Amino acid sequence: MYENVEMRQVFSNELGKIMERDERVVCIDADLARAQGTLGLRQQFPDRAFDVGVAEQNMASVAAGLAAYGFIPFIGSFTPFATRRICDQVAISITYAKRNVKIVGLDPGISAELNGGTHMSMEDIGVMRSIPGMVIFEPVDCMQLVKAMPEIVRYDGPIYIRLFRKAVPAIFHEDYQFDLFKADLIKAGTDVSIFASGIMVSQAVSACEILRGKGINAELINIHTIKPIDRKAVIESARKTGAVVTCENHNIIGGLNSAVCEILAEDFPVHVKAVGVKDHFGEVAKIDYLLAKYKMTPGDIVDAAVECINRKTRGQSGFCSSSEPSSNH
Amino acid sequence: MKENEIAFLVDKSKHIRRLTIDSIGKLGVGHVGGCLSIVEALVVLYYKEMNINPQKPDMAGRDRFVMSKGHAGPALYAVLADKGYFEACLLDTLNRPETTLPSHCDMIRTKGIDMTAGSLGQGFSCAVGMAKGSKIKGDNSRIYTVVGDGESQEGQIWEAAMFAAQQKLNNLIGFTDYNKFQLDGGISEIVGLEPLDMKWKAFGWDVIVVQDGHDVKEIAEAIGKARQSEAKPTMIILNTIKGKGVSFAEAAGVTNHNMPVTEEQRIQALKELA
Repeated sequence: MYENVEMRQVFSNELGKIMERDERVVCIDADLARAQGTLGLRQQFPDRAFDVGVAEQNMASVAAGLAAYGFIPFIGSFTPFATRRICDQVAISITYAKRNVKIVGLDPGISAELNGGTHMSMEDIGVMRSIPGMVIFEPVDCMQLVKAMPEIVRYDGPIYIRLFRKAVPAIFHEDYQFDLFKADLIKAGTDVSIFASGIMVSQAVSACEILRGKGINAELINIHTIKPIDRKAVIESARKTGAVVTCENHNIIGGLNSAVCEILAEDFPVHVKAVGVKDHFGEVAKIDYLLAKYKMTPGDIVDAAVECINRKTRGQSGFCSSSEPSSNH
Repeated sequence: MKENEIAFLVDKSKHIRRLTIDSIGKLGVGHVGGCLSIVEALVVLYYKEMNINPQKPDMAGRDRFVMSKGHAGPALYAVLADKGYFEACLLDTLNRPETTLPSHCDMIRTKGIDMTAGSLGQGFSCAVGMAKGSKIKGDNSRIYTVVGDGESQEGQIWEAAMFAAQQKLNNLIGFTDYNKFQLDGGISEIVGLEPLDMKWKAFGWDVIVVQDGHDVKEIAEAIGKARQSEAKPTMIILNTIKGKGVSFAEAAGVTNHNMPVTEEQRIQALKELA
């Protein structure tokens, strides 16, 4: 249904529909409305869609002031400027003050492509995840985003929306039932659990196909809400498979891998392999090039899964009875 | 302004100073200087100018106040207690564990506080957001906010200033508590603000300089003038004295930003303000 449709177009369409029926909703940009696709909203809602200029700090606190006045503002910028640049405004004006502001970060991780390293946030989830009370949502496709938008508005509190802005392969269909706080089982399996978010979900779907050819039955779960993470889904899947791979378009420190490991270390320790950005900055290149360079392709996910399964079958818990040092990290 | 109204506001200012220094003194330490320098502005706002109802702290269409220099919370708490937003005895819990009156203003914890502040520069932007919100709603309310002179070194203040002018937020009235000191020294020695009035003008604001920021009549007249603005926000620059009205605090000068207060000093201050 949404093949070849850009996520930003879907986002601004849905936001427009919501603004039409809910006068509390406001759209604030910091000179990136053209990038976000929200420029058109200004004609439709001249009072409630406006620009603060290149001033992200002000945008965040103005939004908090509007929220204190009863509005529900959506603010947006590229991910690094919607998170690390305005970390204190997000922490104090918005989250500490419990203001209902929705923060949209565009072009997460390597998807900043030709804007390069300065615009590639490898740490935005880490920054936002460590702020108490922040919800972090990363839609995987247009259908999920459409289903999520009303829930995001309905939820009374700050949410960080990590938004890939171009077209993505469809994962979900019309009958998809969305729950902001529940992970999606995309494929059930028994041998290894793959937890994936954002653009890495489609990479993981391909990896599952390759694994099936090798006789490996992988379980694929989409973690669309990284905080608060669906703890039950993570533990139940890990208990079933005994081996876990995380796939994220983010530094493996501070993001999905960290979130999954925090749960498993406490409640059900198993081997975990991380596929993602291995603690370095980004650079100018297209996504496919960077996926290959940073070892984030389906083949890399397969390798990680096979290694995890091998350790499991060799009986190396790695936590209490390992005879050789773990090479996990 | 009638003489009896002036006398009332002058007396009230003395009372608010008393409550403020008493609560900080009982704790033994606090932001004495910046609390005492802003008392008259708070008194004129809360006892004369603002459309508020302490019995209905969340009343729609009320005027709002944002203490962007959030460390002056204790002076504002004294005003709110005196106005009846909460019991005056709560002032004795200032900055103690589980208090509803933390050192910096917190809208979640304290009845009557319109916005959380403490990380400097942010409250001012929040006030701008509220003024924009009032314009969207068309509820004709006014938003008042106080920024510190040291706080005016924050870049965010000037981001917000440009945006407020662009949006023609004439319902926004700001005050600069220009007491000439910040934590590390004199403002002019650290990073000077002069010419401060010209800066605000250049950023598209109407500016009124109040020569004596402790003169309630002069403050009230400035607010009256600011209310007439048709298309611009107004910044009222208050020339104030840090620690005003308490001799040991005034004498402490630059060290009165966050200072210890002994029991003897607390009692002496209450006598001075009797």
